[in-house]
Amino acid sequence: MKKHVISTLAGAAILAGSVSAQAAGELNFYNWTDYTPDDLIEKFEKETGINVTMDTYDSNETLLAKLKSGAVGYDLAVPSSNFVSIMVSEGLLEEVDVKSMPNYKNVDPRWQGPAWDPEQKYTSPYQYGTTSFAVRTDAADVTCESLKTFFEPEGEACGNVSVFATPEEVASMAALYLGQPYCDDRSDSLKAMQKLLQTQNKCVKVYSSEGMIDRVATKTVTVTNAWNGDAMRARLEGTPIEYCYPKEGLVGWFDSLVIPKGAENYENAKTFMNFLMEPENMAMVSNFARYSNAIPASTEFLDPELATAPEANVPDGIEVRVSETCGPKFVKSIDKIWTKLRQ
Amino acid sequence: MELPRRNPVTRRWLALSPAIVVVSIFMILPMIILLVFSFMEADPYGGVDPGFTTEAYVQILYERDFDDLLIFDPVYLNIIGRSVLLALLATIGCLVLGLPVAYFIARQSSRTQSLLLYLITIPFWTNLLVRTYAWILLLSSDGVIEQPLKFLGVIDESLDMMYTNGAVAVGLIYSYLPLMVLPIYASLEKLDFRLIEAAHDLYADRFRVARYVIFPLAAPGIVAGCILVLVPSLGAFIAPDLLGGGKKLMLGSLIQVQFASARNWPFGSAVAICLLALVMMMLMYQARIASKRRRETGD
Amino acid sequence: MIKMAKKKIYKIGDYPGLTGWTVFFFAYLYMPMIVLVVYSFNESRRAQIWKGFSLDWYVKAFSNDDIQSAALNSLIVAVIATVFATVISTLAALALARGRQFRGQAAVTGLISLPLVVPEIATAVATLSFFAVIGFKLGLVSIIIAHTVFCIPFAFLPIRARLQGMDDAYEQAASDLYANDWQTFRYVTLPLMMPGVVAGAMLAFIISIDDFIITLMVSGAGSTTLPLYIYGMIRQGITPEVNVISTVMLVLSIIFITVYWFVSKKAEETG
Repeated sequence: MKKHVISTLAGAAILAGSVSAQAAGELNFYNWTDYTPDDLIEKFEKETGINVTMDTYDSNETLLAKLKSGAVGYDLAVPSSNFVSIMVSEGLLEEVDVKSMPNYKNVDPRWQGPAWDPEQKYTSPYQYGTTSFAVRTDAADVTCESLKTFFEPEGEACGNVSVFATPEEVASMAALYLGQPYCDDRSDSLKAMQKLLQTQNKCVKVYSSEGMIDRVATKTVTVTNAWNGDAMRARLEGTPIEYCYPKEGLVGWFDSLVIPKGAENYENAKTFMNFLMEPENMAMVSNFARYSNAIPASTEFLDPELATAPEANVPDGIEVRVSETCGPKFVKSIDKIWTKLRQ
Repeated sequence: MELPRRNPVTRRWLALSPAIVVVSIFMILPMIILLVFSFMEADPYGGVDPGFTTEAYVQILYERDFDDLLIFDPVYLNIIGRSVLLALLATIGCLVLGLPVAYFIARQSSRTQSLLLYLITIPFWTNLLVRTYAWILLLSSDGVIEQPLKFLGVIDESLDMMYTNGAVAVGLIYSYLPLMVLPIYASLEKLDFRLIEAAHDLYADRFRVARYVIFPLAAPGIVAGCILVLVPSLGAFIAPDLLGGGKKLMLGSLIQVQFASARNWPFGSAVAICLLALVMMMLMYQARIASKRRRETGD
Repeated sequence: MIKMAKKKIYKIGDYPGLTGWTVFFFAYLYMPMIVLVVYSFNESRRAQIWKGFSLDWYVKAFSNDDIQSAALNSLIVAVIATVFATVISTLAALALARGRQFRGQAAVTGLISLPLVVPEIATAVATLSFFAVIGFKLGLVSIIIAHTVFCIPFAFLPIRARLQGMDDAYEQAASDLYANDWQTFRYVTLPLMMPGVVAGAMLAFIISIDDFIITLMVSGAGSTTLPLYIYGMIRQGITPEVNVISTVMLVLSIIFITVYWFVSKKAEETG
């Protein structure tokens, strides 16, 4: 009996040990849901022999929360530009000499040394796009003309709205609708935003940042918060959906790859960053997720659909305001407003 | 081989020590840390900052509006209220569904009893997430329930069952149903059916039999079952999260969000402490009833 | 007499509709799971619309790397947590169910049962806070520790029940025959209590495999377990893959519990 116990324990220990011993060729990738195609990961694994495990999150806030909660062991993450500054100032990122990577020359010059990383020592480019709302074309009482349909829907649309689970981008859209600057933490502006979000709340059916395509396809909702790439994918799958360019404007964002502090597989993460700046590989990502990327040479590998799709082309005269990093007062206020909404 | 210490008392405490140490370090200590966190400042980007403050608890009842004034805000009381209400609803639902069944089982032959109990236990030991997910399949627009109804022309439009309080309630009832049936059955199993026979001989009709014979005997089981359903329902996370659509927050999902994207650990800790306090109160109340009954019946 | 003439004869203690109610009850209990199983064979990608019978998704699911590693993680955690929890509980049960009552017995029993009573979400965030304070890295080890703690009461209860039901006459006889304590334990007590230990271990195992909320809060990179993986997929939308994995978990649980049922029946009978 004693022998059995000991051998079981030993066997389990060996098993656990062998799993972690593979750390030599490992990469722990923390990514947005549905943002990187499986075949790209497989290609990377085949070319480099590095085993990639991917965990997912649904928002920048969740990513930030995870990184701040302590040692979580991720080697690679994908924050949006406005969160990169926060992470840098909180000491959550490792420095990476992206400039000296062999594929760095493939990056579009206008995206080299961007505002959130002028010395290119934390990030390598991933994809960029816009945030707005999308509607089901065969639904009643919905129009793409104005953000009013999203924030103050009427008729049948009210009660069938889906909004992101976290406030960051919704607050930016609200700022556009209210004609305020982003991150406006003056008392009156915050009050106006709270009032608007509370009005919207009455018509919201679901607060979620994942599975939006599904919900529109099954007609569970008729108006949904959406990113342009998601909307394009839904449309190409056959869902009667239209990505909206309201007159008040859209939120723009740019996602990058970063290496969280304390990453165990630092070199492998760098390899992946470099791998993704290869035109062919970046094209695989864009063809899957349907967003734009910062590697001009990838165009020859891109699905021609992407060039002409309405979701990838902003009509003249519609503003795309890139998201900004907001100060702690605004962040705290919005978080408070938001938690109360979700009741 | 002789054990080093022959003193039975020392040996006993030695044997108990792993359990005591493990639970103390990994259960009691974390609870204390949680209590401490609830009195700390929230870092806007996540985690806690040093500094004592009761802000987290204040936030439950009051809102500090943008001019820094305190206004009473019932929002979180609503969430607590909804949790209590839905938990009570789930308990009553389980009771109504489960009590007759427990009685029915207690009346069967021993082998049938075994079989039925086995059938009831199975769902309980399968993964709760999976079982709750099945309800998504059932309740969604164009889901398993709506499809045949639409096909038969009974309804034209979606019943919109998902993302409602009702959906969460159904999910909760379904999660904890076996926990209600089993204790009631345990009480009723000892039921001597000759008592019922005797009651009939005394011209009692079925309702009087139920009220004066069956219910009192089942009472301890009913109380135990209610507690077993009420407590987990209060802190439930899966049902409100999957079936509530990010709205219809209950205490469990509210707490989880604070430790995830909402990044307000002190507030989350404060709500968790409130939840624990609520549960402790209920358990103490139940213990008091139980000891009172024991004193009365001289058990 | 008058009553019997007025109504039709009914069995004593019987109530109308009881059988029907029970049937309805079991239907309600099993319907969701049956639906899940049926839909796992659905050919269509839109999981709710039935297109045809197909085993495709099973093939896809079983060959999926992520699912395999999630299953492996679940298994590793469950095995290790079960072993530790069972050993700890066995020692504790022996101390509490054998020998005289002692002061503090109720307190210790209460302490051990604590994880049962505390709502899981509270345990989960408390454990997370604890790990954050001591700077412990979140991963498989943190999950194993958390699982061991809440598996202890689940292993403890069946073992103690078994010990309490055991007549200690055998152990007394052994010491009458000049066996020392260790020999008594090894050759008499342990074999007799084995069904209880096995039952406790099985309970702990299945509790660990099924755990979700605690695992969600204390997991780190690459430590995704099966329930966590399923949750991630559910959030993305309903897909047949979720149905398949769910069905597999369902079936495995059923098999497991069936075995446990027999084992614990045996534990009740002998001794």
